[in-house]
Amino acid sequence: MNIHEYQAKAILREFGVPVPDGHVCYNSAGAREWAKRIGEGPWVVKAQIHAGGRGKGGGVKLARTADEVRMISREMLGMTLRTHQTGPEGKLVTRVLVENGCNIANELYVSLVVDRGTSKVTVMASTEGGMDIEEVAASTPEKIFTETIDPLAGLTAFQCRKIAFSLGLSGKLVGKAVSVLQGLYKTFISCDCSMLEINPLVITAENNLLCLDAKFGFDDNAVFRHPKLSDMRDYDEEDPNEVEASQHELSYISLTGNIGCLVNGAGLAMATMDIVKHYGGDPANFLDVGGGATAERVTEAFKIILSDKNVKGILVNIFGGIMKCDIIATGVITAAKMVSLKVPLVVRLEGTNVDLGKKMLAESGLNIVAADGMADAAQKIVQAVKGAN
Amino acid sequence: MSILVNKNTKVITQGITGSTGLFHAQGARDYGTQMVGGVTPGKGGTTIDGFPVYDTVVEAIRQTGATASVIYVPPPFAADSIMEAIDAGIELVCCITEGIPVLDMVKVKQYMQGKKTRLVGPNCPGVITPGECKIGIMPGYIHKPGKVGVVSRSGTLTYEAVWQLTNVGLGQSTCVGIGGDPVNGTNHLDVLRMFEEDPDTEAVIMIGEIGGTSEEEGAYFVKEYMTKPVAAYIAGVTAPPGKRMGHAGAIISGGKGTAAEKVAILNECGISVAASPAEMAQALLKIYKP
Repeated sequence: MNIHEYQAKAILREFGVPVPDGHVCYNSAGAREWAKRIGEGPWVVKAQIHAGGRGKGGGVKLARTADEVRMISREMLGMTLRTHQTGPEGKLVTRVLVENGCNIANELYVSLVVDRGTSKVTVMASTEGGMDIEEVAASTPEKIFTETIDPLAGLTAFQCRKIAFSLGLSGKLVGKAVSVLQGLYKTFISCDCSMLEINPLVITAENNLLCLDAKFGFDDNAVFRHPKLSDMRDYDEEDPNEVEASQHELSYISLTGNIGCLVNGAGLAMATMDIVKHYGGDPANFLDVGGGATAERVTEAFKIILSDKNVKGILVNIFGGIMKCDIIATGVITAAKMVSLKVPLVVRLEGTNVDLGKKMLAESGLNIVAADGMADAAQKIVQAVKGAN
Repeated sequence: MSILVNKNTKVITQGITGSTGLFHAQGARDYGTQMVGGVTPGKGGTTIDGFPVYDTVVEAIRQTGATASVIYVPPPFAADSIMEAIDAGIELVCCITEGIPVLDMVKVKQYMQGKKTRLVGPNCPGVITPGECKIGIMPGYIHKPGKVGVVSRSGTLTYEAVWQLTNVGLGQSTCVGIGGDPVNGTNHLDVLRMFEEDPDTEAVIMIGEIGGTSEEEGAYFVKEYMTKPVAAYIAGVTAPPGKRMGHAGAIISGGKGTAAEKVAILNECGISVAASPAEMAQALLKIYKP
């Protein structure tokens, strides 16, 4: 789950991590009023979308006067912002963050992640603030400093000081860095983050530290214990099919191809996409119906796949262990009738009650191509889709 | 012989009175596993379908002599159940539960330091030694006793591999699902080492997917130390970066952990990598003559 920058900053503020004063605004008049309330200018107006690279796309602008805040907000609100992360279709801007500008002396980078190698939380810092950290890691890895955090001791002051000195900080800034880093760690743990990135963390002309941008990644498995966070979810920022799928406990990710895939198990679902590609096709989605899928869930899965207009054929690949093949067959038949299926459908069933499942499909009167094994299934659907075009 | 479990393994189920726990405890018993009881706090002293139920893991071990535990406890409480089993000093814990918060698992990993318990999973299908002991949710009948070890991060993809092996007449020594989570108890390398030391395992199929470096570490072990032939398949060639493919661990971040990268390293380490998931058994037969 992702959240907006203004929400991220509100969380940080709550944990005592310094961020600029600011407020989210939904119209330009409000933006002007809030600007006057929070400071004397200059201000920064920032488009709120779930994508990076906003500055280059015209989504971050400086305003010298409150009237400029209004003018800039009016231009931004309602515009479609395109960045390298939004794709060519861009994202509609419905809210802006108006915040006080600051005098930047230097820009740093700080992030926290769960490191799978050590199975611990790791803090990462760099002198190259404002840059893409992956580029820094590739070109100048010596400029990145990391500390592994002991779950019992937490992020200790000495570790924070080590990082501060590595970053070249001195004097009062060292103590301030300790406070910021420990505040970030507390935030990370308290909110069940999988990632927390501050880029940049700025040193101001007044010798203070300030988080100018903040990006949170939350652990989807832990959202249940943070109802306040799940309220922050902005469904408009997500693929509507993916949202629909998650409500039916289906794991769905839309892709750009034309062969819809319906599979049980994440690994097998990935492998199915791969084998479709292997035989010259292009998968339209990743879809895992899960281990305990019912006929209803399979029907919903079908509807979601077919709501993608690019889909020219569907491949069902089920290795039923827990999941019985006759249940899958019932779901497939119900769904195909309900949506009056017009595209080719190839079904590969294996596992418990496979013969019954196959028999049900064959006797359904529907135009279903049965396949033996994954390779046969992939070849048949790729052939069918090519033939249709 | 085999690894982790065999016909002498006595197993308890944590969460046995839940519908999932009971269903799979029955399935394991039907398969021939010595499923000796279960744990559900507050229901100790009762029985369910012939299984004695205990309040704590310690009590269950004392009464049954269990050496392994399998966990079907819901995600918010699963980490606690794992730690209870570790505290009781059990040899093996298989955690089937999917959806445990990753920071809970960070704590569990720390808790395991210096303890003798081996944790397999979470978010895994379990462990099976065909014909002897089945702990987990895999369909028993697709397996056949034999000499090929299987280790995998995925559930159904493991069944696919096993089915291919069985269909070409190759039985399995033990099949281990290590699970799809980023922080887990056992990785590819741990299982490969066990297979190398197991006299009854002659060859291995290793199944991996995008994300992390568990497959790469396994591959370097194969290159340096393994005398037995290893074939592999890596899922997720077509997965786009930044998207989580079902498994919490299956995500490509910062260009790291891509399938292409993994395949290149596996090839380099002398592993026979299947070009498609339909060719896992064939990939093994290229380098292994039973």
